[in-house]
Parts: sequence; structure tokens; C-alpha cells
Amino acid sequence: MSFQPVKFYQTGTFTVGNRLLAPDERSVQASEMRSNSINSGHRACQGCGEALGARYAIDAAMAESNGQLIAANATGCLEVFSTPYPESSWQVPWIHSLFGNAPAVATGIAAAMKVKGRHDVRVVAQGGDGGTTDIGFGCLSGMFERNDDVLYICYDNEAYMNTGVQRSSATPPTARTATTMPVGPEPGNVFGQGKNVPEIAMAHNIPYVATATVADLRDLEYKVRKAVNIRGARYIHLFVPCPLGWGSASHDTIRLARLAKETGMFPVFEAEHGEVTSVLKIRRQVPIEEYLKPQKRFAHLFGKHAHPELVARLQAIADRHIRKYGLLEEGDN
Amino acid sequence: MPNKPFAITLKPGTSLANLTGTWRTERPVYLDRLPPCNNACPAGENIQGWLFHAESGDYEQAWRVLIADNPFPAIMGRVCYHPCEGACNRGQLDSAVGINSVERFLGDEAIKRGWKFDKPGTQSGKRVLVVGAGPSGLSAAYHLARLGHSVEIHDAGPLSGGMMRFGIPKYRLPREVLDAEVVRILELGITLKLNTKVANIEDSMRAGNFDAAFLAVGAHIGKRAYIPAGDAARIVDAVSVLRSMEGEDKPMLGRRVVVYGGGNTAIDVARTAKRLGATETIIVYRRTREKMPAHDFEVEEALQEGIMIKWLSTIKHAGEHNLTLEKMALDDKGFPQPTGEFETMEADSLVLALGQDVDLSLLEGVSGLEIKDGVVQVGSNMMTGHQGIFAGGDMVPSERTVTVGVGHGKKAARYIDAWLRGTAYEPAAKHEPADFKQLNTWYYSDAPKTMRPMLDAIRRQTSFDEVQGGLNETNALFEARRCLSCGNCFECDNCYGVCPDNAVIKLGPGKRFLFNYDYCKGCGMCVAECPCGAIKMVAEEI
Amino acid sequence: MLKQTEGSKAVAEAVALCRPEVICAYPISPQTHIVEALGEMVKAGELTPCEFINVESEFAAMSVAIGSSAAGARSYTATASQGLLFMVEAVYNASGLGLPIVMTVANRAIGAPINIWNDHSDSLSQRDSGWMQLFAETNQEAVDLHIQAFRLAEELSMPVMVCMDGFILTHAFERVDIPSQEQVDAYLPPFDPRQVLDPKEPISIGAMVGPEAFMEVKYLAHAKQMQALELIPQLAAEFKQTFGRDSGGLVRTYRADDAETMIVAMGSVLGTIKDVVDEMRAEGHKIGVLGIISYRPFPLAQVRAALLNCKRFVVLEKSLAVGMGGIVATDVRMAVTGTGLRGFTAIAGLGGRSIPKASLHKLFRQAEKEELEPVTFVDLDWDAVNKQLERERQNRHSGPIAENILHDKGIVSAKFG
Repeated sequence: MSFQPVKFYQTGTFTVGNRLLAPDERSVQASEMRSNSINSGHRACQGCGEALGARYAIDAAMAESNGQLIAANATGCLEVFSTPYPESSWQVPWIHSLFGNAPAVATGIAAAMKVKGRHDVRVVAQGGDGGTTDIGFGCLSGMFERNDDVLYICYDNEAYMNTGVQRSSATPPTARTATTMPVGPEPGNVFGQGKNVPEIAMAHNIPYVATATVADLRDLEYKVRKAVNIRGARYIHLFVPCPLGWGSASHDTIRLARLAKETGMFPVFEAEHGEVTSVLKIRRQVPIEEYLKPQKRFAHLFGKHAHPELVARLQAIADRHIRKYGLLEEGDN
Repeated sequence: MPNKPFAITLKPGTSLANLTGTWRTERPVYLDRLPPCNNACPAGENIQGWLFHAESGDYEQAWRVLIADNPFPAIMGRVCYHPCEGACNRGQLDSAVGINSVERFLGDEAIKRGWKFDKPGTQSGKRVLVVGAGPSGLSAAYHLARLGHSVEIHDAGPLSGGMMRFGIPKYRLPREVLDAEVVRILELGITLKLNTKVANIEDSMRAGNFDAAFLAVGAHIGKRAYIPAGDAARIVDAVSVLRSMEGEDKPMLGRRVVVYGGGNTAIDVARTAKRLGATETIIVYRRTREKMPAHDFEVEEALQEGIMIKWLSTIKHAGEHNLTLEKMALDDKGFPQPTGEFETMEADSLVLALGQDVDLSLLEGVSGLEIKDGVVQVGSNMMTGHQGIFAGGDMVPSERTVTVGVGHGKKAARYIDAWLRGTAYEPAAKHEPADFKQLNTWYYSDAPKTMRPMLDAIRRQTSFDEVQGGLNETNALFEARRCLSCGNCFECDNCYGVCPDNAVIKLGPGKRFLFNYDYCKGCGMCVAECPCGAIKMVAEEI
Repeated sequence: MLKQTEGSKAVAEAVALCRPEVICAYPISPQTHIVEALGEMVKAGELTPCEFINVESEFAAMSVAIGSSAAGARSYTATASQGLLFMVEAVYNASGLGLPIVMTVANRAIGAPINIWNDHSDSLSQRDSGWMQLFAETNQEAVDLHIQAFRLAEELSMPVMVCMDGFILTHAFERVDIPSQEQVDAYLPPFDPRQVLDPKEPISIGAMVGPEAFMEVKYLAHAKQMQALELIPQLAAEFKQTFGRDSGGLVRTYRADDAETMIVAMGSVLGTIKDVVDEMRAEGHKIGVLGIISYRPFPLAQVRAALLNCKRFVVLEKSLAVGMGGIVATDVRMAVTGTGLRGFTAIAGLGGRSIPKASLHKLFRQAEKEELEPVTFVDLDWDAVNKQLERERQNRHSGPIAENILHDKGIVSAKFG
């Protein structure tokens, strides 16, 4: 297991907190003292997974670094909804430079901290999937390759949401976006080879790579805390549903993240120096339809002009993840 | 921040100026829903409420919440048929929470630790006569005493407890447990007069200067069916057998005992006969196992102990050492019909367990009463047609169980209290039910039910030792924590955590949470991710 | 300390004396020798504490510098040509965020056609980027301008490009006086950032600014450069006090007192121009020189004052605004608005084309007689150009221009013909 779950306390470690747990077993989010790195009043949409994921992640990093944290941010929703003049939501030192350079800016900050002997200060860079897997990819790879002392967190909502839901290299096959419309014989996004940035990060042999979702808070906090304590380049790919871009209900954000993991569509694992060291097992496996149906971006796969063959191909992707990462408990299969 | 670059550099956390609550069309609100266990409890226990404290290991507090409704946790934990568990939402997930076993643990813990009831507060100066020291009478006395009234119990029998002593075998309810819980009630300052049969209620009330009375005399008269029998045939009724178990002289039933009936009493008496040395104990019942009113687990335990059951049979004639049985067949409606086929069965004695009647002699001459089907009719306030005389338990129309009786006692006490004070008791409106579909069960750990230890079947055939064991602290805690806390916040912090807008304020341990509507955008994530369904969305008023 | 050294090496030593804390390096000719030398100093432990980061692109180079500068570290990088263009988005961002980064631009042409030799197209393309741009005439001045640039940048909290001609200065071995560490320390105090990313006092840098404040932000950047017009001469004067030589400032004139014809230029070509002017002065021509050191901010008043007493001027520039003409010339003409002065633009030296004295003699004499076209392309091969134009008129599919011209010149035909 990636982290040591509390086996049984009514809810174990599934809930955010639990009055029955010892203080050191509680999540950062359960604490009244959590830093609320992103303050109330931000302009994210209702039910925004990215706003939630960013607070989860940065609060955990703040807790682990004793508040000694600096964040660099790529352009994107997270930047726009958090810092429109004259108000900022951030309660950590934070800089936004450009869409494609957050990893490099963070490298610069880390270099400055090193040269000033501030070894206690930890540096986080963050961006959406567009800023990470597409336009910022060169800087990201450079940061990895140099093994700069930066924790990069990608908030993956699988398209360019800030600009109006266009396809990114993280958009899943068949998904409707403004640039992959559900028309023609193969509606929605194409079945490409995909750009699996966590695996590409692993190919850099950096000390730490992990995936996580907003539905598995304890796992996420464990990974962020672990990552904060490692020196060198670290990458966390955090799955954050987007109600606006996915056409899902605002209250379904966490549920969809959970279904992405439980279907096998989004494998949750961690890797050290290029090798997978743990996976978060599927707890209650469900077919891919349960994940797809609540999302309007997949609506063309169902209903009157259904595409069961495309659903089957998506299921095959999930099944491949399950095999590849061993996502089912021993004997489940 | 006057020296920082204009506009491009901002002060931290200043977005608080932007009140995003204005975006909202629906708002989340916290609520308490009625858990199915509470709803199903005949004694009106706040089960979810006391499990909440047991979950944190605060057993005394759990016990105190429990005894606010029911003074007999140790007894309940043994003899209650726990409809709560049948209603438990967890049953739809894996298996119901072992509420009854946790209740017993709390009851036993209270006896072990010597926990006492709080002494009653201000005395009302009113006197209430309770007739019958069974579960219903004791329950009423307990609640009345706690409400500040002076209570006197009169019971015709030599010992307290009523059917809990004279109807329930001690292998199900050890007498030291019964005694402990009765004594604790009496310690509230209640006077118990044993061997005091109330011949006429109005006389007794007048004589004792009582302002009100609660009657709970139970149903102790075994029903007799007309069975043609030879002079030497030994026929006894089940309640007499069970009652005599508490005296010096144990009943003589012989080596081959036949019990006639299909209720829980039939099972109890059959298992008692087995323990008294009968080599064969056979229950004769006119219908099938599916139709049997006895609880299935008790039937199962009886079968384990070697009790035999003759299904679809009625007894036509009883001789000195044998019985004549007629085979029955169920008709379309499930009623047994005679077949005309007969058989003979050897028997040293026949025990009739065909139900009990109420001794209503104490009510003779009392005006305004309505007696129907051998029981006293009461209103929704448990009062009979005669002002100031209330009744409950087996002598009023109801399911005849200890727990129902206890519930009657509590309910009657509240109405008596109001009646004595010249006010009206208005029960609190019931919360809306907490259905399984309102739960988000993802958040609960997978945890199968803890089974209580059972006494070895061989020993059960010869000894009156308690059959079912209790839980120890570790597994009682485990079992308590299987509670889903349906409809009631258990402070899991989910709403506090999952809000993307930090619009939930955590008030600290035991104080739950508040919504900060200045920032809540109304996304509904807190509702969707609340494990126990303790939040709902309501439309904003325009 | 006087030494005979390569321009790049001298600049590297000067930068090192400024105690940079973060240096970002990406190789592009002709700035490579500068960062190579700095890298060696850091690796050898001679320049410490300093982080030397081999980035993966110029875009990353400027981005790393943005991060390190925002975090309070004195930050430096160097680039040229395509590299500068590759980092443009970050160049604008650095100035927009008010980060006092110093960057050497080893001026080089911009492709296509790809060309590694010197002209000023690269820095001038960043005219409006919000960076200050100082042009060095000599390697000594390049050294001195770097030291002044850190002062200037940090006092105003705005970035500065120090521009020096690629190869002509960067790769030239000259006598250079390298100041001592004590002198530089006395002149350049430690970096005290106006804003800094610090957990002790969190701020949010890089907000999204809408129409309600964007113009004010831009005006404030402009105001900073207007302040620089006063600060740059002060820093030069202070520099003279500390180091004992004239270096920097906004503009510098040469033999201008009674000049009727003034030649205006930036960078190393001023040396050739001065030689030609000396020769023409010897012949009695009333000709002088105006060197512009500060291209941004552009010293309108100083340029106007320097030209007010002449009769005509020629702006000789190593840059071309295609479809328009001169770039520097446009600014100079703006400076003399209303004076009635006759001004000519001469485009010279693009892509490293040499600017021989003979060509300048010819050009300046034509200028004296006011026989020049408004825009003159010095030493342009009209024959090659006209042949290509003719081909294009005749045939839409006339083939690649560069190859055709080389063919016309007999170069390609010799090899592949």
C-alpha cells in the first residue's frame, strides 16, 4: 500500500477526518489549523476539482514544510480564479509568470533558496494539464532532467478549461471538447497514443512520481508530504474533475474522481527512481459506463446513436491499466 | 504593501472581499434525520445517540444516553428481539450493526463498574401507584421517579421482574443481571411492595392517596385449549412451568416432554425441559417453520440443543403416556386444515404454550374502562377510559415483548407526568427518516459483524448457564464503530474538507460545523460526500 | 587590473564581480563564451555562492531568472538572436513583473536566413519589451556597463539588457581594465529586492490585471524608464568617481562642437565611424559623432541637444524595420522634431556585412552634400538584388532567393553548378 491506512475507525481513513483518530493520524484537511492556502472568495466554478485539489495539495505541503513554502503557478484556471486584481486567494508566497514556464520559474526559486542557504524552504510548481503536458512540457522535462529541487503538481482536468474546453494531450479518447466535437464517424477525441506524463516523468528516473485524485485525500496528503521531504525533482499528477468542462453536476466532482480510480481509468500509483513502488488498489470495481454516463462530454457514446464499440475501447484502456499496474487485490481476478 | 509593484503584486488572502455566496441558487443545511434503528426501537431508545459515545470508548456516557430511555440495558442486551438490527441500514451494506450486543456490553459494564442513575431533581409532591413490577411497570416507575414523582410499586408475586423472571429462562437472562438492574431502579427511592396483590385499583389508590396509577400486571394466565384427556394425563401450562423454575420445587415433567405451541414461550419451555433432564423434548406445532411465530434464531438454538419439532400437527387426545396427533395440511391461505390422518406419540407430560391471558380482576367496578379481546384499551396517551388510570405492557393491545413493555412504561410516564402537572405532553416531531439512499457508504470501512460467543451445545443441554456470551471491550468497540450514524453528524470532517470554497466552519469536537454562506457557492459537494446524510440542499429564496 | 583578454571573458569577469547568485546558461553563439567562463568560475568555486543552471532553452533561461529574481537572488543570463526571440514571452514577463534581471545580448542577426553574425536586429526587436537597453562601444564599456546595469536594474526594479556586438566585441581580444572586487563592492550594494517571495511575508506576484488597472501598470513601467533617464547619468558619474573613467551615460558625442554633419550610431561601429571622422576632420570636414548608449530609455532631450547645432545628420544603424527603414533613425527623428534638421538613414552591416571605412567616407561625403536618399542601404549588391527581382517578375516559381543570389555571385555554381 502506498500509505498505511487506518484499518477501522468507523470510517478508517476514507473520510477527511474522524473524531476517533489520534491527532497524528488525522488529515491536514481535518484540522482547524490547516493553512487554507487558497482562501475563500476565489472565483472557481461551483464544485471545482482543481480549487479543491490545490488546497488539498498545498495545505499538505504547507503542513509538511512548517509553512516554509513558495509556489510558482502556470497560467490557467487556477491562476485566473485565484488572483484577479485586486484580490488574491493565495496565503502562501506565490508567483505566476507564464503558461509554459512554471517548472523553470520554480527552478529559479529553488536556486535562489539554495544560494541563500534557505534549505528549509520547499518549492512547488503547479499547473493544469495544458500547462504541464503541452506548453510547459519542455520546461518540465528540463527541470526533471536536472533533478532540480522542485515538486511539480499537475492538476489534470483533461482539457484547456480556462480558454473554453479545448483538447489537450491529456484529453481522453472520445471526449467532447470544443476542438474535438462529437460529430462524424469517430465522434469526440481520437484514440491516440496518449501522453502519459507520469510515465514520462518516471522515464527521467527522478526520485519521486505519483498519481492521485481528489477522491483519495489521505493518499494524496501522504504523497505530498512524502514528496516535500525528498530532495530533487518530484512530480505529482493529480486528477481533478471539472464540472464545467465535463458537463457533470457540481456535486459529482469527488464521485467522478473516485469512479475514475475505481474503474481503472485513472491508475493511482507511486514510483521512485523510475520504478513503481505501490499502487492504490481498486476497492469496488465498476464498469467504465458508471464513470462515463454522468459526464456530458461522453453523452454521444450513449442514447439513441450509441457507440458501444467506443465504450468497449475505453473499457479496454481501463482493463489495460488494471493489468499493467495490478490494480485489483490478489484473487480479485 | 505600499512599496510593492502596483496591481501585479497582491496582498495574500485578500479574496475574502469577494463574497461568492451570491452565486448560490441552493444552500446546504445541516439536519438530523431519524436513524432506522431509533425508529424501530419499541423502547424509543436513541440508539445512534448512545452508539456515538460508545464509538469513542466513552461507555459511561453511552450508557447514560441509553438509560435516558431504557433503564435495562443489560436485560435488553439479552432478551430484546432487536428490531433495530432488522431495520439497520448497514444490513444493506454487509450485515446489521450488533446493536444488541453493544447494549449488553454497556449494561454489563454498568453493573461491573457500579454506575448509578442520577438522583431525581425537584419533587412534584405527586404520588403514583404502579401495579406490577415487570418490565413495563419498572420502566414507568423509573421514568416517573426521575420526573420527580413519588412512586410505589405493588406486585402480587414474591419477586420483582414479572415475566423477565417468571417467563424468561435464566439461560437467557441470568437472575443476577435482572436483580442488579431492578435494584438500581429501586435505589431512586421507589417503594416496592411484593406479595401485594391489588384487588381493586380504586381502593388501593384511595388507600395510598395516589394521584395516578399505571397498571402493568402482564399476562400470566396460560391459555388452555380443550384437549380430551385421560385422568392420568399430565398437562401443564408453559407459564406455570417457567414460573415454578424460580421456586424451590422444580417441575416434574418426566423423560419425554411434549410442548404444544409455536411461539417463543414454547421454545423457552422446551429448552427448559431439556435442561431439567428430559431425554426427548418435542414441540408440536400445527403449521410450518416459516409460519412459526417464534424467532428463527431461538428455533435454531433449540434445534442445536436437540429439541425436536413436529410440524403440521395438532394434539387430539392426551393419555397417560401417549398423545394422539392429527396431521395437518396448509390450505391456499396458509391456514392448517385437518387431514384425518392420526398418529400416536409417547409423552410423559404435555406442556401447553398457547399464549397467555390477563388477570383483569383489579379493574372490576372501575368506570369508563373498555375491555376488548381480554385486554384493556388505552388511548394514544396510554390512559384507560378512566381518568388518572394508565396501563401498558401485555395487558394492553400490543406485541408482547419486554421491550414493548419498557417502551409503554416510558411513554406512559411522560403522559402521567403531564397529566399530573395539568399540562399536555407533546412528543417532539419525528425527524425525517434517514434512508440508505441518503448515505454515501464509500466512506465506511468494510467490517463484518462481530458474532457473540455461544455456549457449547452439549453444555446447553444440561446446564442453565447463559447460552449467549457477551462482547469484550475490544469487539464491543469494533461493533459500535460499525454504526453508520445514519442521518446524524458524527464529525468525520468530510464537509469541512471537501468544500472547494472553505465555506464550512469547524466548531471543534462535539460542536459540529456551520456553513459560511458568505462564500458557499452551493455546489452540493458536502451533501454528496456526507457519509451519513446529515446535510441537504434547499432552494434559496429569491 | 589591465589585461589583454577576449571580450566575453572580460564580461564574464565583470559579471562575476557583481556577485550574481543565479546564472542561467543556454548555448547560443556568440554569447557562449560568457556563460562558459562563468560556469567554470562557479564550478571552480571562485564564484560563490552562485547557482549555475544549464537550462534546456532560452525560454527556460529567462524563466529561471524570473523565479530566482522574484525570490530575491541577483540573477543573470546571456543570449543572442534566435535565443532572445525564443524567450520573448518571458522577456516581456520579467519586465512586467518588475524583476531586475541583467542580461547580456551578444547582438546577432535574426533568421531566416539563419546567420550567426552581428547586427542589432535582436535587441531592437525587443524595443518595447519594457527592458532597458544599454549598448557598449568597446569591451571596456561592456565591462563597465554590466556593473552599472545591476545598479540601474536593482534601483528601479526593472530589467536591463547590456548589448554588445556579437563576435566584433565578444570574440575580440583587447586591453581591458578589470576592476577589483573592492571597487565593485563599493559601487554595487547587495541586492535589496523591492518585492520578494518569502514565507515570512507572503505576497502574490503576477496577478491578472484587467482594463481597470492595466494602463496604469504600463504607465508605471514607462515612468520607471523616464526615471532611468536621470539615474543613468548619475550612475555613470558615480562610476567615474569609483573607477576613474567615463563609461556609460545616455549619449556621448565626439568632435561635435562645430559639426555641421553628425553621424549617429550605437555599438562598436562607433569606433570605425570615429576613425573616418578623424580622417575627414583632417581634411577640414565639419563632421562629428553622436553615440547612443541608452537605447531604452531613449534620451530624446540629450539627442536633440547634441544635434541642435548641426545642419544634418545620418543615423547609421545595424538594423532594419522592413517596410519602413530605420529603427533607431525613427527615434532620432522624433528627438529633433520641429528643428528642420535634415536627417538620413543608413542601414549597414546587416548579418555581419563588414562596414569598411571607404564605404563610410563615401556615405558621409554624400551626406554632407545632402545627396543621399532618405534610406540608404550601405554596400548593397544591387546587381544581385535586381537580378532576383527580375526573375520573380518573369517566373512565379523562381526558386529560393538566397540560393539564386549565391548562384549569381558564382558561389553555388562553383560547387554544385
